[in-house]
Amino acid sequence: MEKTEAHWVASIVSIAQQQDQKAFAEVFRHFAPRVKAFLIKSGADESLAEECMQDVMATLWHKAHMYDPSRASVATWVFTIARNRKIDLLRRYARPEPEELPWGPEQEPDQADVIALHQESTRLADAIRKLPPKQRDLIERAYFGDLTHSEIAAETGLPLGTIKSRIRLALERLRHAMS
Amino acid sequence: MTAIRHHIPDDLLMGYAAGALPQAFDLVVATHVSLSDDARARLAGFEEVGGAVLSDLEECEIGEDSLQQTLAKIASMAPTPRAKPSKGVFPKPLRDIVGGDEDAVKWKSVGMGAKQAVLCSEDGVTARLLYIPAGQAMPQHGHNGMEMTLVLKGAFRDEDGVYARGDIEVANQDVDHQPIAEPGEDCICLIATDAKLRFQGLLPRIAQPFLGI
Repeated sequence: MEKTEAHWVASIVSIAQQQDQKAFAEVFRHFAPRVKAFLIKSGADESLAEECMQDVMATLWHKAHMYDPSRASVATWVFTIARNRKIDLLRRYARPEPEELPWGPEQEPDQADVIALHQESTRLADAIRKLPPKQRDLIERAYFGDLTHSEIAAETGLPLGTIKSRIRLALERLRHAMS
Repeated sequence: MTAIRHHIPDDLLMGYAAGALPQAFDLVVATHVSLSDDARARLAGFEEVGGAVLSDLEECEIGEDSLQQTLAKIASMAPTPRAKPSKGVFPKPLRDIVGGDEDAVKWKSVGMGAKQAVLCSEDGVTARLLYIPAGQAMPQHGHNGMEMTLVLKGAFRDEDGVYARGDIEVANQDVDHQPIAEPGEDCICLIATDAKLRFQGLLPRIAQPFLGI
């Protein structure tokens, strides 16, 4: 049965708080084959993709306490880890990443924000599936790293405005909690 | 967070999200995002597209003992510490490549009190820090390629207005400009260029190979 986003979020929390190996095994079964497929589509060969996928999944375990479900879906968070690891390996330097915004134990993400983000990311995924094949293919190729920066057209025709404002609101609440 | 008036264009955020930018541009984007919640939220939007692409991929075969090997990897790795709020002038991605904050930069004089430090350079794409004394002008220049300028300290002014900490200017070959540091405080910028700049006037043209920009 298809697991829900709420299920995956709970799994990551359980990994972070209880070092839950059973939850990790489930996350692994779902995401590891997709991460490996992403790496192969991005030009890695079989053995590099397997090695890199294991690095990504191990990083997921160790960074689970930093995951913020009000700012990214689980799949997106996994994607960013995979993308960064891919660049580290293929280009042989540590990719510059934005400074993390820390969650303290007293700064739990707002549940309404988590739900709102989930609705928006579902809507976005549906919109991608409904794109004409040519346009969808172009977006996929951009994210596999097949396009150079100058070939990327940020005008994707996707409903990104609302998801950005949702995340902006979640960030404002986080800033408020931190100050 | 200071109020940022000059924002980064979407194509650079999407390029960063997709992992399609050269290192020097990645550095400027990651540093800007560290200073701007607006850019952080817009970047997160483009990353959601990546998450959706990943989710829809057809699963591929993984090794039989993949999970066991990964658990062994986990056991051998040190836990990732929680990030601490940063202090100082440089956000973390910039501090990482410099090896410290403002006082750790290995500046080289480029004349008239201005200084620069090249941070990384590959295939004609270069990131460097530039230090302009308060009130002083940079040589007027055009661009053969793209130039991203992110202000970290002080401010500069050009034809498009005043740029202060966190503001970013993206110029292409159509722009001929002469940034001038605002009076009061010396200005430090992080600059990425993807081709040699074209300076106007003879003297800067001679200086260009020396500047390495």
